[in-house]
Amino acid sequence: MSTVAQQGGRRWRKPPAIANPYARYALFAAVAAYLVWAVVSLELSWSRIMTGIPRAIQIFSRAFPPDFSRRGLMVDGFVESIQIALVATLLGVVLSLVLGILAARNVVPRAVYLVGRAIISIARSFHPVIVAIIFVKAVGFGPFAGILTLVIYSIGFVGKLMAEAIEEIDPGQVEAVRASGAGFFKVLAYAVFPQVLPRQVGLSIYQLDSNLRASAIVGIVGAGGIGGTLMNSFRRFDYDFSLAILIVMIVIILISEALSARIRGALT
Amino acid sequence: MTGYDWQRFTFTQRMWRFIAYLATVAVLVWAVSDLDIYWPWVKDAPVQIADLLGRMSPPKLTDLGQIGSALVETVHIATIATLLALLLAVPTAYIAARNTTPHPVLLWVGRFIVVSTRSVNTIIWALLFVAIFGPGVVAGILAIAFRSIGFVGKLMAEAIEEIDKRQVEAIQATGAGRAKVVLYGIVPQVLPAFLAVAILRWDINIRESTVLGLVGAGGIGLILQGAIDLFDWQTVATVLIAILGIVVIGEMVSAALRRRVL
Repeated sequence: MSTVAQQGGRRWRKPPAIANPYARYALFAAVAAYLVWAVVSLELSWSRIMTGIPRAIQIFSRAFPPDFSRRGLMVDGFVESIQIALVATLLGVVLSLVLGILAARNVVPRAVYLVGRAIISIARSFHPVIVAIIFVKAVGFGPFAGILTLVIYSIGFVGKLMAEAIEEIDPGQVEAVRASGAGFFKVLAYAVFPQVLPRQVGLSIYQLDSNLRASAIVGIVGAGGIGGTLMNSFRRFDYDFSLAILIVMIVIILISEALSARIRGALT
Repeated sequence: MTGYDWQRFTFTQRMWRFIAYLATVAVLVWAVSDLDIYWPWVKDAPVQIADLLGRMSPPKLTDLGQIGSALVETVHIATIATLLALLLAVPTAYIAARNTTPHPVLLWVGRFIVVSTRSVNTIIWALLFVAIFGPGVVAGILAIAFRSIGFVGKLMAEAIEEIDKRQVEAIQATGAGRAKVVLYGIVPQVLPAFLAVAILRWDINIRESTVLGLVGAGGIGLILQGAIDLFDWQTVATVLIAILGIVVIGEMVSAALRRRVL
């Protein structure tokens, strides 16, 4: 058997992802240099990592078995989280419809569009925990700060996608309604909303699921819900109770995710 | 013709809509009345928020050097954590994909890792790792990395499940072993998806790593928390603007990378 490879003395090799060898090695060098710089500047200490291992074992041995005995506290916390998520989703969805219109190029003047876009971008850029910590300082501890936080969070996501959905509507329907003599609000109600409503409903259900996840953590900075209970148990070294909370949290998130996917599937 | 008005919905449609509205209002009333909201604070909220914004302006520009290096640290944490997560997520995805898993038991192990790491929020991972490794960037990197494993692993496993299996069979037919089948039959098919997922997660991780400092796990959040504790609202404003800047830059970079890769 004589193959081309044996005849020519060359073996087939996988073609590299980047054809130009200089570019390829330059990229490798750049990545390596970056990694060295990052690791050096972060001052990672190996001894700290090693001393952490026995502590990890201690924490995990204290966490098992999970302690489900303080059910009352847990139920209160989760119910509060769910309520925060529900209220915030309703408010957030209504507001993001308004902002979605303000940030849609094809229905509002350019100046309004830019302001709307800016508000949505700002709402999107900040992690809910940062928003929560600011609201806790501004309006005090408790679920109200949590609701405000998640409203902002909803505006950032639903508002952006709503604006995009409104920008993609069929202009023919808008013109037809406008030709019948309808004003701005009637055009919105009869030509714009009917086209984006299915998307809005789907997004709202998706956002309810996201808000439920986020509502579980805003409590860590004092904005109500199960996060506060989790934080307290952790601070008091009640790791078995923390683990119980985490397990319930994961189960609720999985149920909510499955329900949300199923409802969205049924709607479309 | 007379006496007939156009109506948008039929009577039944209107009744159903009415019921839906009623249910929504009922949920709202139940949730709001059951929540432990202190109403005087709610009434006072606009005044308080305006007051806070007033104290924040103008943003203080004295600690820019410190904020700048904290931003660099934040980006480093996000990048290293994303790389670490990729390293851990590739084997997870391999065993969590139905068509590549070596054994059904491993399939469920893989799925368990994906679900549990994805459902625990970054900040909760950070609490845990700060308790283990003490405050600092190690805890932050691990927190971001662990949270990302599930996200990246899930999307990668889905990509593996969607591959064209004829290419795999073709490589198998040449007599290649398992490793070679993976390398030549699977990797080329899923590489673009992997890179897209990695870039997406890096973008998300920049946003996530801005909050690590609030529980002591490094990055810009440390300065934010410090300034809030000192009621130094003008510095808080500067830090918030800095976070906005880094997140927007991260989004632009990842959009540019995505265009190049895909």
